[in-house]
Amino acid sequence: MANHTANHPWISARPAPALNRTLWQWCHTHLWPTPGQAVVSALLLLALLWWLPTALNWALWRAVWQADADSCQALRGVGACWGVVSEKYRLILLGRYPFEAQWRPVVATLALVAALVLSCLPIFWRRNLALLWLAVWLLFFGLMGGGSWWGVPTGLSRVPSDQWGGLPLTLMLATLAISWAFPLGVLLALGRQSTLPALRSVCVGYIELVRGVPLISVLFMASFMFPLLLPSGTSPDVLMRVLVGITLFSAAYTAEIVRGGLQAVPLGQVEAAATLGLSYWQTQRWVVLPQALTHVVPGLMNNFIAIFKDTSLVTIVSLYELSGALGLAISGDPNWRPFKIEGYLFITLIYFVFCFALSRYSLWVERQLVHR
Amino acid sequence: MHLQSRRARALLYQVLLVSLLVALSFWLFNNTLTNLRARGIQSGFDFLFDTAGFDIGESMISYDSTQAYSQAFLVGLLNTLRVSVLGILICTVWGGLLGLGRVSHNALARGLCYGYTELFRNIPLLLQLFMWYVLLVEFMPDTDAPLHLNDWLFLSKGGLTLPWLIHADGAWIWDVPVWRIVEGVGEVAGGASVTPEFLALTWGLSLYTAAFVAELVRAGITAVPLGQTEAAKSVGLSAWQTQRLVVLPQAMRVVIPPLTNQYLNLIKNSSLAVAIGYPDLVNISNTALNQTGRAVECIAIVMAVYLTLSLLTAALMNVYNRRMALRAR
Repeated sequence: MANHTANHPWISARPAPALNRTLWQWCHTHLWPTPGQAVVSALLLLALLWWLPTALNWALWRAVWQADADSCQALRGVGACWGVVSEKYRLILLGRYPFEAQWRPVVATLALVAALVLSCLPIFWRRNLALLWLAVWLLFFGLMGGGSWWGVPTGLSRVPSDQWGGLPLTLMLATLAISWAFPLGVLLALGRQSTLPALRSVCVGYIELVRGVPLISVLFMASFMFPLLLPSGTSPDVLMRVLVGITLFSAAYTAEIVRGGLQAVPLGQVEAAATLGLSYWQTQRWVVLPQALTHVVPGLMNNFIAIFKDTSLVTIVSLYELSGALGLAISGDPNWRPFKIEGYLFITLIYFVFCFALSRYSLWVERQLVHR
Repeated sequence: MHLQSRRARALLYQVLLVSLLVALSFWLFNNTLTNLRARGIQSGFDFLFDTAGFDIGESMISYDSTQAYSQAFLVGLLNTLRVSVLGILICTVWGGLLGLGRVSHNALARGLCYGYTELFRNIPLLLQLFMWYVLLVEFMPDTDAPLHLNDWLFLSKGGLTLPWLIHADGAWIWDVPVWRIVEGVGEVAGGASVTPEFLALTWGLSLYTAAFVAELVRAGITAVPLGQTEAAKSVGLSAWQTQRLVVLPQAMRVVIPPLTNQYLNLIKNSSLAVAIGYPDLVNISNTALNQTGRAVECIAIVMAVYLTLSLLTAALMNVYNRRMALRAR
């Protein structure tokens, strides 16, 4: 056998890839690896250079920050008028809530946000969290509603729920809808996987029916049809009806996500639980659901974000949550009506902060669960 | 058969469930009848043949206020379909491009597409629609001084006018809008016009849904193993051939089922038209509801139509999915 290496000499070893690469090298691999890519990068950069100064000029450098409608009008189209926010922020954030009692929704919102933040931290994931939430909801509704609840006087003047509005309403609707839709969705998903044909068809029918119609039609149903469906005089107020509508709607979507997780749990797990003598509910509670829900954390989080965004639709059935309150604050005021877009951008920022934080948090939770 | 047996219990539970549901529906139905009678509201679908008596801003078929409610509902349905079909087309193309950008080698393109998807996904659609609508009706020039592109595309507070194919003298020709001055006032003549409501809705829906489509496309492309690309390169396929013949067909399998959901979402979200005054099905039904007071019937019509649309779209996409699916031996 001929000497192999004589005809095909060894290729000399390549140098190891440089680890501490320079900025120039990074640009070379990420911005202009090929001439075509270089052209794309240049075009995008040019577009950015052209657009960014215009946007920054409008939003920051030339913007009017103080509540002065005349200087806003003078700079219309050139600079943003954030004065509309400094003038109307109480109306936008709190809606029609009586002016002198506005410390109440502020405290209620802060308590709610604090409870939400605490619930996101794993060290607080214990049984007492339910007690905390009970206390927070009592505080929230006590402060917002005032008057007396089940005979217990709060010592505050009564504010009917049709005067609630703005951020507290948005946060309350979203939190309650999520926390009611989740258990309902889990039950629906379990029902859909059940071996009982009647239960299964009821759940499938419900889920597919609800997922086939838009949320608006469900909200219209809640505001126009619920009063007809219940015995006259017993229909709850519009806030409660809308909350029930959003919950019933979102539960169908939650159910489909949970079903994905249920299908990913191997049958052997259920059989093993049956061998140990666990009942149906014990099997679901201790074996199936912990695994199923872990699988679908990203989907569930997306679902929660969707519910949060969907609460903005209640403005269509005349509840003054953030976007409704903005309309209330600006539409009737000829001085500030031209600057509605700045108002929209302000509440857009609020929504964005909450949704973006939730989606980042979702990624973090996912990592925590993987590392467990 | 005694109650301890599994089958007996299963039967008992189901009988209980069904009787509970029947009782509940009967109770709700009974309440509704009582309430309707107490308020003196008539029920039934006969109102569909009464004169509607309201005008509709835009319609694809001939309609005026002397026609029946059924015709008005049809106008609404067609308007919904028009927005949905156009929205689905735009969001697919735009979302596909953004999704490709998200996996591009170009860091700038990647960053911009990431920024776009995060921004548009995390803001409620309703707010985006409101903003597009305000931009169109308040920041665009008046109808007598429109923005124009090459003298055949005109944009103003009154909407967009663009060239359109029309059938005239047995042939298809382009009807190009022209700028003319009548009695000292300029106006746009000819072409096809769309209202700012239609424009804001289609535009807002497409841009919003495109952000979700982009994420699906990105997930689909990342789901194709890198080895497939490497294999394609080693058999000598060009970059474009690799994408078209190897990566995209495999990515499509992952993308189509969730893409169907996004299309369904777009169709359902088109009902937000009611917030900016575009006469879609929900808007028309809302007007009819306020005029006739027949809440149950109007909401039932809307739900039935959307259910049908959803089922039809899902069926169409399933056919397509079956054609794209992996064929096992």
